[in-house]
Amino acid sequence: MLKHFQPSLDDHRIAKLAAFAIALHMLEAVIPSPLPGVKPGIANIVTLYVLYQYGFATAAWVSLLRVLASSLLLGQFLSPGFALSLAGALFSLASLAVAMHLPKKYFGPVSLSVVAAFAHVAGQLLVVRLWLIPHAGVVYLLPVFAVAALFFGTINGLITARLLKR
Amino acid sequence: MLNVKSIHKQVLLGDWLILLLAALLVFLSFLSFWQTAPAAKVQISLADKVYATYSLNQAREIHVRGPLGEAVIQIAKGKARFAKAPCSSQYCVHQGWLSKAGQVAICIPNQIGLALVGEAQPYDTLNY
Repeated sequence: MLKHFQPSLDDHRIAKLAAFAIALHMLEAVIPSPLPGVKPGIANIVTLYVLYQYGFATAAWVSLLRVLASSLLLGQFLSPGFALSLAGALFSLASLAVAMHLPKKYFGPVSLSVVAAFAHVAGQLLVVRLWLIPHAGVVYLLPVFAVAALFFGTINGLITARLLKR
Repeated sequence: MLNVKSIHKQVLLGDWLILLLAALLVFLSFLSFWQTAPAAKVQISLADKVYATYSLNQAREIHVRGPLGEAVIQIAKGKARFAKAPCSSQYCVHQGWLSKAGQVAICIPNQIGLALVGEAQPYDTLNY
């Protein structure tokens, strides 16, 4: 017996926004990166935008759906790449859940974007250290990823701020 | 899409604070993880004792007698290496020139070790 599921307006919105994030993720997947793991993370602009417009729950849905669907499209579901992506997404969501309570008067999208970017790197390096490459030498990668997080986090935050002004 | 003039309107006071903290974090991570101090001295150990410590400024060859035989350690141009070793594996010789503080080459069969030391020692001890 099939139970008919009536998608709500929220579901439609989440699906639409997630689709947009997936498209950005795909776009990024074809851009070659000088260092494996260093990516602009433009799909996070969508997460941040959704967080501001529709709240944390919607942002979490969009972010996790994007990770899941993108891994299926790229053929990396349950691969190490997927684990890294998921760890990054979970850590940045956790950091956003905390950072979103900062006073809005002083802390804008740039703050949230940078914080989330650093949390993303932290989550990924933790998975690398604990599971993929259990060696202390992994910390040598940290400065490179920290620079990338600062740089792309700032740019993504600026873009989000601009989008929110529209 | 992003023009420089409007950036200051999008970056709030707290944002600058976060950016400053993030930049500090980046700087500290470079400082603590990417520092490779040039070595000043080479410490030669024989069995469980420090055999001798030489400055890397002066080129010389040191002959050390271990349980297997004589090993030749060469110092030149701020670097040190095992030039000859009596062991069968020759891993210590293939290690090549050591130049940075904290680098080690150990000949386990012959119980001779080289350790480069800088101004500050990155490790207190290395045990086998």
